Amino acid sequence: MAHSVRRDAPELPDFSLLKRLARDQLIYLLEQLPGRKDLFIEADLMSPLDRIANVTTLKQHDVDKLYKVEHKPIFYACENLLEEQGIFGDVTTDEWSFYLLPLDDDIISLELPEFFRDYFLEGDQRWVRTAGSALHLLHSVYGPFSKVYGIGRCSKMAYESWREQVEEGEQRARQAEIGNVFLIDRDVDLVTPLCSQVVYEGLVDDIFRIKCGCVEFCPDVTSSDKSIKVMLNSQDKVFNEIRNEHFSQVFGFLSQKARNLQTAYDKRSGMNIKQMKTFVSEELKGLKQEHRLLSLHIGASESMMKKKTKQDFQELLKTEHSLLEGFEIRECISYIEEHINRQVSMVESMRLLCLLSLTENGLLPKDYRSLKAQFLQSYGIEHLLTFSNLKQLGLLVEQQPGETLTVMESRVGKLVNDKTAGKLTDAFSSLAKKSNFRALGRRLNLVPKSDEEYDLRVPRDMAYIFSGAYIPLSCKLIEQVLERDGWTGLEEVTRMLNGHEFAVTAGSNGSDARVKTDSQRIILVMFLGGCTFSEISALRFLGREKGIKFIVVTTAITNSARLLESMLDNHA
Amino acid sequence: MSTWPAAGYVASEVWKHTCSHWTVKVQKCSVNINMFFSISNVFKLKESKRAVNSIRSLVEEEDEEDDVEKVSWSGEPVGSISWSVKETESSIRSTGEVRDQSFPKIHTAPSLPKNSSGYSLSSLFKEHSEKLLTSLIVYLLDCRWSVHDDVILLWQDYVSDWTPEETVKRMQQGKVYSLEKFRSLQDKLLLLDEAVNAHDGNVITAVLIYLKKSLSKEILFRELITREIALRHYIHYLKEIGEQKLLLMQYRDHLNVRDENKRRDFLKNCLSFPFSPDDATHVQDHYTLLERQIIIEANDKQVESSGQADIFKKYPRKASILNMPIITTLYYSCFYHYGESDGTFSSPANIRKTFRISDKQFLLTCLGARAKLKAWFDVDALFTTKNWLGYTKKRSPIGFHRIVDILQKNNAPVQVLQDYVNLVEDVEQKISLAQKYKCHDVIINTYRDLKDRQQLIVYRGKVEKGSSEYRKIEEILSNSVRRSFP
Repeated sequence: MAHSVRRDAPELPDFSLLKRLARDQLIYLLEQLPGRKDLFIEADLMSPLDRIANVTTLKQHDVDKLYKVEHKPIFYACENLLEEQGIFGDVTTDEWSFYLLPLDDDIISLELPEFFRDYFLEGDQRWVRTAGSALHLLHSVYGPFSKVYGIGRCSKMAYESWREQVEEGEQRARQAEIGNVFLIDRDVDLVTPLCSQVVYEGLVDDIFRIKCGCVEFCPDVTSSDKSIKVMLNSQDKVFNEIRNEHFSQVFGFLSQKARNLQTAYDKRSGMNIKQMKTFVSEELKGLKQEHRLLSLHIGASESMMKKKTKQDFQELLKTEHSLLEGFEIRECISYIEEHINRQVSMVESMRLLCLLSLTENGLLPKDYRSLKAQFLQSYGIEHLLTFSNLKQLGLLVEQQPGETLTVMESRVGKLVNDKTAGKLTDAFSSLAKKSNFRALGRRLNLVPKSDEEYDLRVPRDMAYIFSGAYIPLSCKLIEQVLERDGWTGLEEVTRMLNGHEFAVTAGSNGSDARVKTDSQRIILVMFLGGCTFSEISALRFLGREKGIKFIVVTTAITNSARLLESMLDNHA
Repeated sequence: MSTWPAAGYVASEVWKHTCSHWTVKVQKCSVNINMFFSISNVFKLKESKRAVNSIRSLVEEEDEEDDVEKVSWSGEPVGSISWSVKETESSIRSTGEVRDQSFPKIHTAPSLPKNSSGYSLSSLFKEHSEKLLTSLIVYLLDCRWSVHDDVILLWQDYVSDWTPEETVKRMQQGKVYSLEKFRSLQDKLLLLDEAVNAHDGNVITAVLIYLKKSLSKEILFRELITREIALRHYIHYLKEIGEQKLLLMQYRDHLNVRDENKRRDFLKNCLSFPFSPDDATHVQDHYTLLERQIIIEANDKQVESSGQADIFKKYPRKASILNMPIITTLYYSCFYHYGESDGTFSSPANIRKTFRISDKQFLLTCLGARAKLKAWFDVDALFTTKNWLGYTKKRSPIGFHRIVDILQKNNAPVQVLQDYVNLVEDVEQKISLAQKYKCHDVIINTYRDLKDRQQLIVYRGKVEKGSSEYRKIEEILSNSVRRSFP
């Protein structure tokens, strides 16, 4: 990227340790049952397992056959199922405490895509303890942490769960590799994951779906007759250079790269035998590798370009940006309406509706009813259930008739010093599920003025990940809190976000926790409910600007489609 | 206790459900179970942490460039109870505890329920109780806990499993009891039989509630069929509680009904639910829709197989229309049943009216279907309106630029496209569309009307020399020299 990079950014800790840990625990479990055995694996676990142990490893430990289990009973539910079927006692179960899968140098996933629905929609807290334990594991290996910031109810609970586990266990004095932690609930910012991704990695995820750091490129991309699976991480040198770039910048980069490659190959022409020998033994392999990667990403870019052109992506983005800006809302509504009428992608229609609702603090009752009716006509009436889910989560709501709530709120709000009143406001705002997007946008400058030119080659802020139209709220909050070393001065913002913010420092019993070491500039950000590749790109940008490194821990990598598909209820 | 009416248990069940976290305080047994949970957790965590630390040391000894494959376990497996016990013993001797950093507690509302642990009990129960006890005691010493009442209770409970007989007796006497231990099917049935033998309806109901919660419907029914008394109790209990599920969840169940006639009947039942007025309309629509789809499907299937209608021969149906959305049904009707009179269920007009489809939506769907069939005359008719003098004019509820777009996506020929490009009001948009779809006539005429000689000359350079459009531009340019252009 063509902007100033601070050279003093600290090194990231080595997370391959986590993989080894999980693998050894798995082997230990396998060894508990001596002799040949079959292994039943839940379908969702297959890809993560692949990252940890291959079939050879399993075979080495006497695993004979592998089976895929489609249903997913978990924890007690697992035992209950055995009980229900009357075979409890005939089966023994073990638990493989597999919490963390490092997807890349700076991304660790809990691989719990169901977290979002389970917690935010169903209110099921089964994964809270898991999140706490994951944090505890990281703390034990890379800690001790000295500061924890967070926002959101789930973050608070995960913090508490982790703190309890720390207290129950013993501490070993060691040099911390990770100093600070930021916990954030996904529902603090639902707008960002619903935006179309335009940064290379995010776009690849939106179009081809990256699964466990691995993507399957269709024949369209590979320009052969079969599709191939590719690992996408920092090991891929070409990918590593374009992953965080705005898509419009990628082509230029790739063609420059291709020219360089050509020059490197061309060197051969004037070589004598000896030089040629050195070239073949030293450079050729690397060049071939680069060539392969380059053609792959060029293929992917072309294919994405084609798909997006077909979809009238420009117009879609224009509508999205208008929504974020709060500009020409009527036009946006008719665009969405036509999208629905033409029965174009159901998830896309839903995404636009949710963005409209989130940015406008809900739809006018008249619009809500009409759009809902048309949606049901186009995509099936059974989506009544989907609508009820979206409403419950606050993703798509009807504005309350009259201003009763707001009046009540402001009246109560005047007594903010009173604790009960604070709780009341809390109750009211959660009742209304207001997103307050406009006010937050103004307060935090999330939406830059549209009349200014935004140079995507030299990004000036995190807004570049959305073509300069919007700075992701989640990342902006992180930036602000780190800058202020807490939530002071952000009272208005946290009130609009329904509170639940916290900032705690480890009580230092004589030890010097406040020493400015490298670990203080390594920040672990944990997203409860998933985060997008765009957000990761934004944080990488922020890190480069501030000379810090972010490690993203997430319950899963998400995007608009995954998030909305988890809201569907239209299958038996 | 035995004098309680049957509903007593029901009520207490309901109460337990509504405030489940209270049970911790009400039932002594669950306190102990919870104790167990937390100890098992601590235990496991200690294990995993040790594992972490031991690996860490392994790693640290190694080269910086660590090859994952190199590491393997040696000696006693980390995490085994015996290993853990040894480890713990040694750590007791050498605890130079470093508790330099502790984090403050923050207020979490609502508080985290104590039993929300994600760990399974089984691993503990599986172990020999002897070993378990040793480990527990070692653990407790390690933590320097005083062995207080809770722990002793825990032990007592663990060893004194009540038999089915004892349990039923305790239930009758109103003493503390626990059914959670009866986990295997055999144990559950022994308990049920014991309850039936005791002739205490209240206890039978309580046991049945527990079985309902912990057994699948099929297995429970299979077993109840041979136990008449229990079965009758169960049926009565179900009637009494009349499970009021969420309305929508009940409506959702229609997705489980495969047979379309049964599904329709199911939806008909849903009509009587007290939905919100808004949702009630949608559910009504759903029922009406399926009802009609069944009729249309039966008819069309018959017509198609008899080979009577050309349209089905030319475009055989790819899928059945059953369970499709309203708009898909409308599209289907515009495709196969265009021009039918309003009275038939399958006619576009009837569907439009029944489901209150907007003009815009109707036009879009109709346009898509007729364009697909290349029925350009029908397309034309969709936009044509006559005024009282009999003049015709083209109107559309959607901008004509969108219409062009849709037609183009349906592979409309240039002759058709240009008619609609011509109707686009905005001149700039008209020209850009015409250029995009190569409607030369539109471009040339527009420039001619604008008297834009310069643009015409530019455009002449873009078209093929000697083609009809080239000649047309030449002609205009030469005419204009004489007439309008100075």
